[in-house]
Amino acid sequence: MLDPYLKEALVARLTAWADDEVVLAQRLSEWVGHAPILEEDIAIANLAQDELGHAKVWLELRQELDGSDPDHLVFFRDPLEYQNAVLVELPKGDWAFTMVRQYLFDAYENLWLKEAAQSAYPPLAEAAGRILKEEKFHLRHSSLWLERLGQGTEESHRRAQEALDTLFPYVRQLFQLLPTDEALVEAGILPDLRALEAPYLEEVEARLERVGLRPPQGGYVPKSRQEHTEYLWSLLAEMQSVARWDPEAKAW
Amino acid sequence: MVKLRIGYPEDPDYGERLAEFEARIARGEKIEPGDWMPAEYRRQLIRMISQHAHSEWVGMLPEGAWIPRAPSLRRKLILLAKVQDEAGHGQYLYHAAETLGITREEMVAALLSGKAKYSNIFNYPTLTWADVGIIGWLVDGMAIKNQTMLAQCSYGPYSRAMVRICAEETFHHKQGKEAVLLYAKGSRKQRQMVQDALNRWWWPTLMMAGPHDTDSPHTPLLLRWGIKTKTNDQVRQEFLNEHVPELLEAGLRIPDPHLRYDEKTGNWIHGPIPWDEFWKVINGEGPMNRQRLLARRRAHEEGRWVREALEAYAQRQLAQAAD
Repeated sequence: MLDPYLKEALVARLTAWADDEVVLAQRLSEWVGHAPILEEDIAIANLAQDELGHAKVWLELRQELDGSDPDHLVFFRDPLEYQNAVLVELPKGDWAFTMVRQYLFDAYENLWLKEAAQSAYPPLAEAAGRILKEEKFHLRHSSLWLERLGQGTEESHRRAQEALDTLFPYVRQLFQLLPTDEALVEAGILPDLRALEAPYLEEVEARLERVGLRPPQGGYVPKSRQEHTEYLWSLLAEMQSVARWDPEAKAW
Repeated sequence: MVKLRIGYPEDPDYGERLAEFEARIARGEKIEPGDWMPAEYRRQLIRMISQHAHSEWVGMLPEGAWIPRAPSLRRKLILLAKVQDEAGHGQYLYHAAETLGITREEMVAALLSGKAKYSNIFNYPTLTWADVGIIGWLVDGMAIKNQTMLAQCSYGPYSRAMVRICAEETFHHKQGKEAVLLYAKGSRKQRQMVQDALNRWWWPTLMMAGPHDTDSPHTPLLLRWGIKTKTNDQVRQEFLNEHVPELLEAGLRIPDPHLRYDEKTGNWIHGPIPWDEFWKVINGEGPMNRQRLLARRRAHEEGRWVREALEAYAQRQLAQAAD
């Protein structure tokens, strides 16, 4: 059993992870039906399903802790309550933007999930281990795209580099701790994300270099998960539009 | 690509080969890609299978539009999986058509130029969330009736594709029905929304089975060669007999004042179908024809540089492997 402070901290952390997944799944799902080849329509629908499935896992772990309803959290929370990182809320852009973002996020997920699979909180360890299996496939898919785009044509290289220039600074936000994370780290429940930033950068920069892409220097890094861009409101407005349309509806 | 020049009536051995071919079909044998077949059999199959593939691909648009708005995690996951299945069916059917000597690029070009047809039903807009439920239950319900029939098709690859596709469509059908039944018993707005969706989709769904047998000139030949094993009117009747009682049971009103049950035959008999509208929509004058085609063209144009990069990367890999 977790003490009340740890419980509250874990609720906050699970929500942040779930929000990342929900918002990313929303961006991915915007491609379904519009991908450059039919095979990628299939792949991206699959990615969106997986990410959404992961959100569901995190929210169900939260439900066990505080009895909250996952659907209510996703469809009835306001934009300012969302705790997702800015990286995942940026508009989908072109195929290069979507795939570079996916690569950067997949590499991060693979790294921290591996650590979280050792968590002292068994439900988290078990879930992380399970999700990691799917994330390995995601990483393989997005790494391959990174390579194809980086080493395809001059245009694909230019587009991938532009995407990277925009996206790369936001990656650093993923390794920031929430105010209550420290206690979870001390209790061995949460891996210390700050310690994962250096190995992440090492791995990612090496791969980018191999495919001929250059990570940019500097750039704006959001200071907390309270920060968002103006794109989040419309993303959530669309996502929540049916669920909020009829206050009398008891079930969807 | 090299076009096959065999199977034409003017070929010296055509009569003999045709008799052999028809005897195989009569014995219930499947015709496989390398087998002799009349050029007209090949042409009809290419037409039907590629139209079917295009329908899956275009059909992703009206439903795909609602993935970002699906009102619960469960509905969103279900709809994502459904539209993904449609992409998979499209891919599978393009491959089946390719076994007849046409490439996917040729088929896609025919679609984008507006020359190829796809199911008329996708030229209607999805106006509310309830449309997703109605499409799953009724549109997929009609598709299943047609595809179950096509699973008996004499052409092996098409028949096998249909067996697989029907299995997945059955899930879509169940999920659609479950949603419609829930909304039909739901809040006032949910009930209104689902009735409105039924009102709009009812006639287009009945028209999906195609013109009446008396107005369907291809049917006798398609039946003779086992490409189809039932007529349009038979398929439509099966759909009605299954769905009308269930819709009424759900408390929904079917927008056909002439609809009646015939005690003698056990059939539900529909009123006059608005065929003028059908022909207008099929000839490009439907509410969403232009939008659907533009969406497909836009995705194709915007994806061009990606496909070029794929090709360039593949060439580079080949060159490196050869070194």
